Amino acid sequence: MNEYIYPIVFGVIVGTISRIMMLRTDYRQYPTYLHGKVIHLALGFIAASLGAVAVPAIREMEFTAVTFLTVAATQFREVRNMERNTLTEIDDYELVPRGKTYIEGIAVSFESRNYLVILTSFIGTLFYIIFNIYVAIIGAILALIIGKVLQSGNTIKDIVEIEHHPIHFDGAGLYVDNIYIMNIGLKERQEEILKYGMGFILKPKNMNTITTIANLGQRQAILHDVSVSLGVLRDSGTPALTPLIKRDLDDGRVGIFILPQVRDAEKARKIIGAVPVLENAIRMPSKSKVHNKEAKS
Amino acid sequence: MNIEKAVLAVITTNKPKIDGGAPIFICDNDQELQQMAANLEAITDGIAHALSDEIYIIVKH
Repeated sequence: MNEYIYPIVFGVIVGTISRIMMLRTDYRQYPTYLHGKVIHLALGFIAASLGAVAVPAIREMEFTAVTFLTVAATQFREVRNMERNTLTEIDDYELVPRGKTYIEGIAVSFESRNYLVILTSFIGTLFYIIFNIYVAIIGAILALIIGKVLQSGNTIKDIVEIEHHPIHFDGAGLYVDNIYIMNIGLKERQEEILKYGMGFILKPKNMNTITTIANLGQRQAILHDVSVSLGVLRDSGTPALTPLIKRDLDDGRVGIFILPQVRDAEKARKIIGAVPVLENAIRMPSKSKVHNKEAKS
Repeated sequence: MNIEKAVLAVITTNKPKIDGGAPIFICDNDQELQQMAANLEAITDGIAHALSDEIYIIVKH
């Protein structure tokens, strides 16, 4: 038997374990049971193998062998495309769509998780070969923790204050606090909305979050997550019953109008708070030089 | 250019105020107006918006 067999097997195992750990099925119900999971576990296994084999290749002075990591990169970009395409295809048939920004965020995280797997199995194999299995186990655990930390980003409750406000009509205009949502003509429909609808106001905590929360993709993500968790009172062919988020141009607050099936304000508040802040929506005007100069003077 | 929104129908109890291209439905009273708007909303998958108490439009979003 080759001296590298055990390190490689070890690397592949920890890599695959890390992929399993990162693949949680939660309220977003994605990836769904069971086929979606099989795809990602198989790709995670491939990623783990690549990371594990890289170390012996370097030890044997086979530097050209490392170029296959670029093949891996291409492969995982393909994963991102695959995820994006699937999600975009099915998005048309969601009652409340995810929106492009959310889909892009999911696709990117699928790609990056495979790289984290490569990192984990690389470290596992490397430490096994250089030191011994015990150090390798510690290293792998550290890599898993790093992976976990990198995996989780901010959520909405970190960047805004969430307040429950009852909705009301002014003539035909539907309002959450002072934020205009839409025009509902029919009296009957208005009563329905007053009965089932709920309103929330998100107050940005600072300059950066005003722009983040204004992002249309971020707003759609909030609506989607709330509708998934609390249900949604709507069907095809009832465009009047559409959850919406509108912005107060004056101070950047946003008003959320939702039509949940579970009408529990406290639950809804928690769910809105748990919506991830999308990477693609984050803006940092406070890092702008001009802005800082003005702020200081 | 893509036109995303369109006025599919106008429902009114005040005929002299209305003229133009979209189908116009004239009603005698507010109750009929509400009913007509509700039906048209359901049929066209649009939203009934109130411009005033007398004029409703159905808009496809």
